[in-house]
Amino acid sequence: MTTAVIVFPGSNRDRDMCLALERATGQKPLRIWHQDTALPKADLLVLPGGFSYGDYLRCGAMAAHSPIMREVKAAAARGVPVLAVCNGFQIATEAGLLPGALITNSGLKFICRNVSLRVETSNSRFTRGYNAGQVVSYPVAHNDGNYVVNADTLKRLEDQDRVAFRYSDDAGVVTPETNLNGSTANIAGVLNEARNVLGMMPHPENATDPQLGRPDGGPLFAAMLEAMA
Amino acid sequence: MTKQYPNDLMGLSHEEYDMAVGIMGRTPNHLELGIFSVMWSEHCSYKSSKKWLKTLPTKAPWVICGPGENAGVIDIGDGQAAIFKMESHNHPSFIEPYQGAATGVGGILRDVFTMGARPVANMNALRFGSPDHPKTRHLVAGVVRGIGGYGNCVGVPTVGGEVNFHPSYNGNILVNAMTVGVARTDKIFYSAAAGIGNSVVYVGSKTGRDGIHGATMASAEFTDDSEEKRPTVQVGDPFTEKLLIEACLELMETDVIVAIQDMGAAGLTSSSFEMASKGGMGIELELDRVPMRETGMTPYELMLSESQERMLMILKPGEEHVAEAIFRKWELDFAIIGRLTDTGRMVLKWNGEVAGDLPIDPLALAAPEYDRPWVPTPPPAPLGDVPAPKDYAAALKTLMSCPDVASRRWIWEQYDHLVMNDTMQRPGGDAAVVRVADMKKALAITTDCTPRYCYADPVQGGRQAVAETWRNLNSVGARPLAITDNMNFGNPQRPEIMGQFVGCIQGMAEACRALDYPVVSGNVSLYNETNGKGILPTPAIGGVGLLDDLDHMATVALKRAGDVLILIGAVENHHGGHLGQSLYLREVLGREEGPPPPVVLAAERRDGDFVREQIRAGRVDTCHDLSDGGLAIAVAEMALGGNLGATIQVPADTPAHAWLFGEDQGRYLLAVPEQAEAAILIDARKADVPAIVIGTVGGNDLTATGYYTISLPELRHAHEDWLPAYMAAPR
Repeated sequence: MTTAVIVFPGSNRDRDMCLALERATGQKPLRIWHQDTALPKADLLVLPGGFSYGDYLRCGAMAAHSPIMREVKAAAARGVPVLAVCNGFQIATEAGLLPGALITNSGLKFICRNVSLRVETSNSRFTRGYNAGQVVSYPVAHNDGNYVVNADTLKRLEDQDRVAFRYSDDAGVVTPETNLNGSTANIAGVLNEARNVLGMMPHPENATDPQLGRPDGGPLFAAMLEAMA
Repeated sequence: MTKQYPNDLMGLSHEEYDMAVGIMGRTPNHLELGIFSVMWSEHCSYKSSKKWLKTLPTKAPWVICGPGENAGVIDIGDGQAAIFKMESHNHPSFIEPYQGAATGVGGILRDVFTMGARPVANMNALRFGSPDHPKTRHLVAGVVRGIGGYGNCVGVPTVGGEVNFHPSYNGNILVNAMTVGVARTDKIFYSAAAGIGNSVVYVGSKTGRDGIHGATMASAEFTDDSEEKRPTVQVGDPFTEKLLIEACLELMETDVIVAIQDMGAAGLTSSSFEMASKGGMGIELELDRVPMRETGMTPYELMLSESQERMLMILKPGEEHVAEAIFRKWELDFAIIGRLTDTGRMVLKWNGEVAGDLPIDPLALAAPEYDRPWVPTPPPAPLGDVPAPKDYAAALKTLMSCPDVASRRWIWEQYDHLVMNDTMQRPGGDAAVVRVADMKKALAITTDCTPRYCYADPVQGGRQAVAETWRNLNSVGARPLAITDNMNFGNPQRPEIMGQFVGCIQGMAEACRALDYPVVSGNVSLYNETNGKGILPTPAIGGVGLLDDLDHMATVALKRAGDVLILIGAVENHHGGHLGQSLYLREVLGREEGPPPPVVLAAERRDGDFVREQIRAGRVDTCHDLSDGGLAIAVAEMALGGNLGATIQVPADTPAHAWLFGEDQGRYLLAVPEQAEAAILIDARKADVPAIVIGTVGGNDLTATGYYTISLPELRHAHEDWLPAYMAAPR
């Protein structure tokens, strides 16, 4: 089973993601440079966190137009699973792999801390290791994680059971007070319609090492690999 | 006939100008004079401080490279080294807080990866003016944003630091940034140029007109018009820095670099002079080949620009293409701008013509060194009676919410402290703990200084700053290895300021010797004065230690109800604690008086070694050193950390306020399971270490029997709310 992490200039959680994937699969992921124009055959593609191209324009906007993204989009259309985390989520929305946009946090500040997330659906290759309603804790580290969609899109996301995670409290209660960054309906992660692309702001890859705290991200990686096997 | 001096000596004194003419054997031209000016600036030459810095101990068996290179290097076993340094960006951060702080982080990162290390942690030590001063809020916001903006983007975690507020910093804030990196001991890169004919290579960003004469600006006092100095502040580009880190580390995996140096203060001038001088070489630069950001730049601007994210390298002959391919891949500039010669001179060419020609060693080595007059700081008057508070609970809450103790969460949540996936202890503890990738060991890192102690008694304050970092490393179970120092002081031309400097150095040197804890790198920032008013003397110390086994690590958080609280270390006299210069005195009674608590180095060593060994033996997993605010604050922080209450008993024959709030040094508080208590106390007695049981862990309140009971939520509000509320108030 082969996993591949796309590396843009300015990616900085590519190493963290590779470590988590290696922990789960026992194999080093491939690292694909942004200027490559072909993808190797892979069972999972990952767009990692960071500040691609410095994010001096809109976050992810430059990376969405890099040569490799044409291939990533084609692969996603063929059904190859894509996990897009943090800057990767921003890139995925800019590239049209996922609906909506990520704008500056409502508090106008970078936020780094652990957050509680309610798993909204276990119906995906990414989240089937959790029960819907379960609360997990992952770190966040972002300045622009405020997920915005219009009312029609929100309705579609909810009707199609495509909201994967929401910002909640420890007990799984979702309120405006638990909305970390102003995201529409507290959304922290969403699936595409074919359910093979997951975009999320929190970092499951930073929640897989028991030495660093509760390894709540482990089931997400385990589920992805099980789906591939 | 009176001598004629140029109208603008660019910060040089008349004597220094005369020396320059003597070295040149003629009148230096404008470009050459500019080079003298920056090379001999306080910032680059350490001319006021050198005499005293030499007295600091710098050696130990584990020191691979002490002061003098880009950063200090220590051996951490397994063929690995930790490389670290702290550096100030004070003057620029006051003028333009975001860019000043951001480029401070960028500069110190470069000092570390220049030597072959991957940066693994950033720290900082910040000092701001009084919270009531109209500029403070703006400066805090800008500096924090700048540090985060740069560190978050380059993907190096900012894992901790310290912050103080005091009116003496109203006109001169301090922004000291520290980076720690990890390298292989057989892959450490130095800056001494070698090999006649070898290429001098420029990589990184293009050179612009920013930061010209920044080093000169940083070597002068501020006046009311200092904000007009904004053009001397550099502008940072963390994205380019990230690419530069990756490109340099990739190149360092090959075997083509002879020497490498980052372009920091005084840019191309100091980097080329230092490389050539260390290697005993000459250098010829063709300045028209330097990558330029704009047209019409002059040799003077190119030599003095402090544009960021640039490096200078000497490459092995014929291997330039290897480096060029890597830098092109990372979309960075790469240019061969000169070659090494055997002339011992720096020849600067501009379109084929010689624009400047200076001797290297006479200029670099003959930098003036001053023995500035100094007077010792008079001992503070003894402290009279210190009244007890009417309401102990209110006093505790006042201290927990005062600007120097209140939670810094508002700050560190803006720093990505988790990237790289090795942060074992997040900000808020005694020391940050960062795992060495793929290893069972970790580095512990802390920054500390108590400026009010240094002001009252520089020798004790200097000792205390070093000892406090040593204690913080012990408290997590790490073996303290070495420090970096960042000496922030006022105008050294005033004998009383120079006396503070000399006193602090003396105290630091004593502590370093007693604790086997050498200085391996550092930085001096003088002239932190505005309109003749200096800052509190602030020798900020960054300490680095090694945790051999991550399974044996302590944190401050209380963990188990029923644990016993054991206080290690003695109070000055057993009837009460030391309240001189304490936060209790300042925050509760509004007095800044008395001598600071003395640091008794023999006891410090004995008790600290004991605590560390208890942690390393796996007996203790909960430990906090006692510092600002004394015992009561330490217990409160441990309780909030674990969300678990505690009850302590004040000894009967003691003034309770002195016992609770005294700041006697060299003390630690442990929380241990009841069944481990007896063995620890016996061990302590054997080692002659003072140890007494003062209370137990449990419940949801914090109690000092007979004096106060406060619920944890109430205490948490007091501790957590001050900074966010302060920052949210209208500007």
